[in-house]
Formats: sequence, structure tokens, C-alpha cells
Amino acid sequence: MSTPASPTSLETLNLRCERGDRTLFEGLNFQVAAGQLLQIEGANGSGKTTLLRTLCGLFESTAGNINWCGQSIHADPASYHAQLSYIGHLPGIKLELSPRENLAFSQGLRGQSISQNDLLNALDAIGLYGFEDTPCRHLSAGQRRRVALARLILDKSQLWILDEPFTALDRAGNQRLSELLAAHLLQGGLVVLTSHQPVILQDVAINRLALE
Amino acid sequence: MRHALLILLKRDLLLAFRHPNDLVNPLIFFLIVVSLFPMGLKPDSQFLPMMGSAVIWVAALLASMLSLDNLFRSDMEDGTLEQIGLLPWPLSALVTIKVLVHWLVTGIPIVIMAPLLGMMFNIPPEGIRALMLTLLLGTPVLSLIGAIGVALTVSLRRGGVLVSLLVLPLYIPVLIFGAGSVWDASLGLAIRGPVLFMGAILVLALTLAPLAIAGALRISLE
Repeated sequence: MSTPASPTSLETLNLRCERGDRTLFEGLNFQVAAGQLLQIEGANGSGKTTLLRTLCGLFESTAGNINWCGQSIHADPASYHAQLSYIGHLPGIKLELSPRENLAFSQGLRGQSISQNDLLNALDAIGLYGFEDTPCRHLSAGQRRRVALARLILDKSQLWILDEPFTALDRAGNQRLSELLAAHLLQGGLVVLTSHQPVILQDVAINRLALE
Repeated sequence: MRHALLILLKRDLLLAFRHPNDLVNPLIFFLIVVSLFPMGLKPDSQFLPMMGSAVIWVAALLASMLSLDNLFRSDMEDGTLEQIGLLPWPLSALVTIKVLVHWLVTGIPIVIMAPLLGMMFNIPPEGIRALMLTLLLGTPVLSLIGAIGVALTVSLRRGGVLVSLLVLPLYIPVLIFGAGSVWDASLGLAIRGPVLFMGAILVLALTLAPLAIAGALRISLE
């Protein structure tokens, strides 16, 4: 992995996205630096998910640039994606596989080798102790989301892009995710997320961006 | 990257075997279609071996196409395709692995079942040898070309018919060379030419199809 030339940051310059013939947003400028969290707010259909997918590079913006560490994300997508964890609407887990298998495969696919111990610790940390080998088909929606969130612990990536990470989580799950976010930010990580409910983290300033 | 590709191969094989129905259905279809034909024809018909090569090839083609539908669909529906699209490896390499798995679970069994079905059609041994050889060269092409169509239509709710319309015309050359050389071989003619041609098609598909599949998937992911 190449060392970034400029400080870790994600910024957009005059970003504009269209879906069909509708302009979702234009002239969007923001910057997220190390240790910062950006919460994107907006009504349903205002383009929050599209914005997150654009930031990941899954969706092509109509105009404008997205820079990671001062370099366009399309210049070297491989090294950008290696530092990115994205959790979308869909948890991205296989229902036929157990949480343990799911995590082992997703880590393997990222090219990270991982010990069984780390795996079990991550599942324990997210509150899935005792469900390691239950097929995800038999887990509840909230538990499936926890499996997806456990990936964040294992990925060890700098930038987290999370689409409604709090949905389907219970109070304890909410608490764990908040702690996870706070710890990540404390270590100099970056978070961009959408959430309808206010995100409250201790000792962390939250930047908000409203889409109309 | 090689490690990641191996992991994907392992994952997809495991997933295929967790769905034994999806695995066996196309093969049963292949078996039923092919084995019903000789019963509809007169058993001593001299057309039997000639029909056989065409019937087996057409059935193989349809079985391969029917089983393609799920190649990317389940990954699309549970969001794992997005995650695959965000991996730091070339998407074309990753999809090649997915196509390889499809070929391993449908193409290979078809090649293995073919001799038995060939005998039901009274195809002579030289013809059966040619049948296996052409299927071995042709079925990967079917998987690769079919995957392009599936990748293009995976974001549509019902892409089934569209895929056949897109893909079947591209299957025709493989079918002509494949079925033709089985018949030629049964007559004792040399089939070097068509077999080499099928090899060339395979090489071409193997080089270009992954790029097309990856491109189509990126569009579907948007």
C-alpha cells in the first residue's frame, strides 16, 4: 500500500448526481478529516444512499470530484477500496452461511488472513456470542446487521461508509455501535453515515450535512 | 490476490452445495430432455445417432442457460455483489472465478453424463469421443457468454427471457461446430478443423468475456 502524500481526508468538490432525469444534489462540497464523523441527513429520496454509493465509487457522479488523501478515488480504486469499509442497506452477508463463515470469507476476500480467535472476539464484541455457527437464515434482522457490523472490527480500514447502520439494532446494539464508532474516530478513523435518528457519541463532534 | 480468488472459489462452491436443488435441477433437466428423445423416435431409426448429437448439444446449451440465472442474482439481492465490487482486486478476475464455479457444477457434470446419453442414441465410439471433446471445449464458452447476459440483466426483476434473447444467438456458432463435429466424427471424418475452431472461440471468450461481464456488472450495480 502506498503512503498517502497528503493527510488522510475525504473531500468532495462540486459533486453532482443525477438519477434518471432528476438532479439529486449539485454543488456539494464537504471534507471529512481524520477523527471526524459526518452524518448525512435528508428526507427519503433525497439521495443519501446515492451519495454514499458515489463516495464508494459504486455510482458514477455526473460532475465533480471525490478525493481521498488529495487524490481522485478513480485514480487508484484498488488502494482506496483497501482502506474502505462500506455497509449498505443490504447487510451483504450470505444467509446460507454462519456468521463465522461469513466473516472468514469476507476477510479472506479482502486478502486479510485472520485467526479464529480474532473472529470469535469480533463476534463477541458485537454481541453475537453463542450464535457463531447458526446459519444467518435463522438470525433476526438485527442480528444479521450485527454480523455485517462485525466486519468493521475486522476490516481495520480507515474510512467507514455506513448506510443507516442503526436500523434494526436494539438498544444494546445501538450502544455497542456507538462505542465502536467512538473508538474508531479516536484512532483517527473517518466515518460517513446516514441516520434518521440523532447520533450521540461521547467527546466527539459530529458534522452534519443536510440534503434537500 | 491469488489467495482472495481461491477464497471466492471456495465460498461459491460451498454455497452451490448448500443448495443441492439448484445444483441438480439443470442436470435432471438435461437428463430428462435427452433421454425422452430416443423414446419418441423409432429405436432402429438410422437418424438416431444424427439426432443425438444435436439433441444432446441443444439440451446442454439450455441446461447451462437455465442454471445461469442465479449466477449473480443471489449476490445482488443480499448485497454481497456490492461488497465484491468494492474489493481491491480487478472485478474481471473475480467474475471469472464465479463463472468457473458455474462451469464446474454444470458444465463438468454434463460432459461426464454425455457418453451415457450418447449411447442411448447409438452414437458410435468415435462420435462419443468427439461429443465429450466438443462439450469440454464448448460448455465453458456457454458459461462465459451467458454470464455477460446475466450480468447485464441482473438488476431487472425478471431478466429470464431477456437473457435467452441476448445470449442464444451468440451460442449458435458453438452449437453448429459442436453438434456438427460429433456427426462428422461418427462418419469417420476428421474433426480437427472444427475442434480447433472451438478452441479458438474458447480462448477468445476467456480473454474478452470477463471484461464484458465486469463492465456489465458495474452498470447493474449503479
